Amino acid sequence: MILSVKDLKKSFGKKEVLKGIDIEVNKGDVIALLGRSGSGKTTLLRCLNFLEKADGGQMTFDGCEYDLKKIKKADMAAIRKKTAFVFQNFNLFANKTALANVTLGLTAARGIPKKQAEDIGMQMLEKVGLADHANYYPIQLSGGQQQRVAIARALATDPEIIYFDEPTSALDPELIGEVLSVIRKLAQSGMTMLIVTHEMHFAESVADHIIFMDNGEIIERGAPKEFFYAPKEERSREFIKSIKMQQEE
Amino acid sequence: MSDRIINILAEGFGKIMLASIQVTIPLTIIGFTLAMIIAIAMAMIQYAKVPVFTQFARFYIWIFRGTPLLVQLFLAYYGLPKVGIVLDSFVCAVIVFSLNEGAYCAETMRSALEAVPAGQLEAGYCVGMNYFKIMQKIVLPQAFRTAFPPLSNSLIAMLKDTSLVAEITVADMFMAAQKIVGRTYEPLWLYIEVALVYLFFSTILTILQKHFEKKLSAYNSRETVIKDAGSARGRL
Ligand SMILES: Nc1ncnc2c1ncn2[C@@H]1O[C@H](COP(=O)(O)OP(=O)(O)O)[C@@H](O)[C@H]1O
Ligand SMILES: [Mg+2]
Repeated sequence: MILSVKDLKKSFGKKEVLKGIDIEVNKGDVIALLGRSGSGKTTLLRCLNFLEKADGGQMTFDGCEYDLKKIKKADMAAIRKKTAFVFQNFNLFANKTALANVTLGLTAARGIPKKQAEDIGMQMLEKVGLADHANYYPIQLSGGQQQRVAIARALATDPEIIYFDEPTSALDPELIGEVLSVIRKLAQSGMTMLIVTHEMHFAESVADHIIFMDNGEIIERGAPKEFFYAPKEERSREFIKSIKMQQEE
Repeated sequence: MSDRIINILAEGFGKIMLASIQVTIPLTIIGFTLAMIIAIAMAMIQYAKVPVFTQFARFYIWIFRGTPLLVQLFLAYYGLPKVGIVLDSFVCAVIVFSLNEGAYCAETMRSALEAVPAGQLEAGYCVGMNYFKIMQKIVLPQAFRTAFPPLSNSLIAMLKDTSLVAEITVADMFMAAQKIVGRTYEPLWLYIEVALVYLFFSTILTILQKHFEKKLSAYNSRETVIKDAGSARGRL
């Protein structure tokens, strides 16, 4: 097991956004996290990477246990170095080229010599099909290309797990495919991933597990086939129905 | 124009240029460099919301932006000796200009820092960088890009404002011109001359500003020619 969280809680002011979340992630798992907008998916991922501070809960990462309420800065930094995050709106470093975006985590955070980092960086850009764009700045790339650079950046530091927060939601429809196919390849190569997505076909075909959240709680979890074709919970059924209706429109 | 005036202007040019080398240029360079150091420190303190220091920074900026530069110069040069602090007039000018300009530039830098999207900082944390590395590699360079045009304007304004130091006996370009006017009674020509020298220096600064703005905007422009995309490919 790489990651487990128990009873993760988070409120913004009086609003309880996460009401005690339990998750376990094993090596090689691809987990799709589904749920309506506002159900707390982004907040959950952000708490897992300490971009938000959880109000309470237990985390086990790589065999070490942490109390999320009292976790130390040094522990947060250590866990972050073993994870990666792909944002909905890419968040590429605007003042860095594609290659520098990929290598910065190696050089500036891990002290790897520039030359070696650039070799790794080029390999990662090659993986996402953008080696020929190494010297482009983010603004010179399409959304799909930016997100693929962001994935290369996530891969460069050889993380134990990658968190994806709606990696294709900010993209024009014609650019979604190129990003999904990169993620699909990663899944096949055994990368451990927790993916928030609204792409149901993708979730069904790529994920090993589905987690369905609503209103700050996990409502249902299971294999994609079961979840999509024999959901146990009423709220899951409603969610699947509403998604299907959207797609038919 | 009579030969007499041509002679006066020739003499004036030599003295004004000498004063520029001895006073105006060093005062501008040293003063602005110190101002930038103060400004970056004050802006970063406020950006990071460091308790107590932030209040101090706000207070300092409030005082120096809220009072006239000339009054600050007089206070430091003529006022402070009354409490036993006697400063050399040039040193006094450097200190006042650094503090005054630092307060303005701190505000410019602070708003430029705050304009960097939060996602840049978050992405930095997510690749494992610590706060200071992120500031150094990501946030400050981007903020500096935003702040560069207003900072350049501040520098040009400061160059011209150094003419105020003649009031506290510093022998700058303007004082050089005033002295010759006092002797020759040719204010029209000599003040035109010194104005043209200021114009010359500020024009140089403007040209430099344009040049560096272009360089800095590399990552802000979709049209930038990708010069060596080939070399990256070659590395594989
Ligand atoms: N920084 C914040 N401050 C206050 N409320 C927030 C903040 N971030 C998220 N929320 C609220 O938390 C809830 C869950 O949001 P989010 O995690 O973004 O959901 P999802 O990603 O599933 O759409 C929403 O009601 C949202 O308004
Ligand atoms: Mg979200």
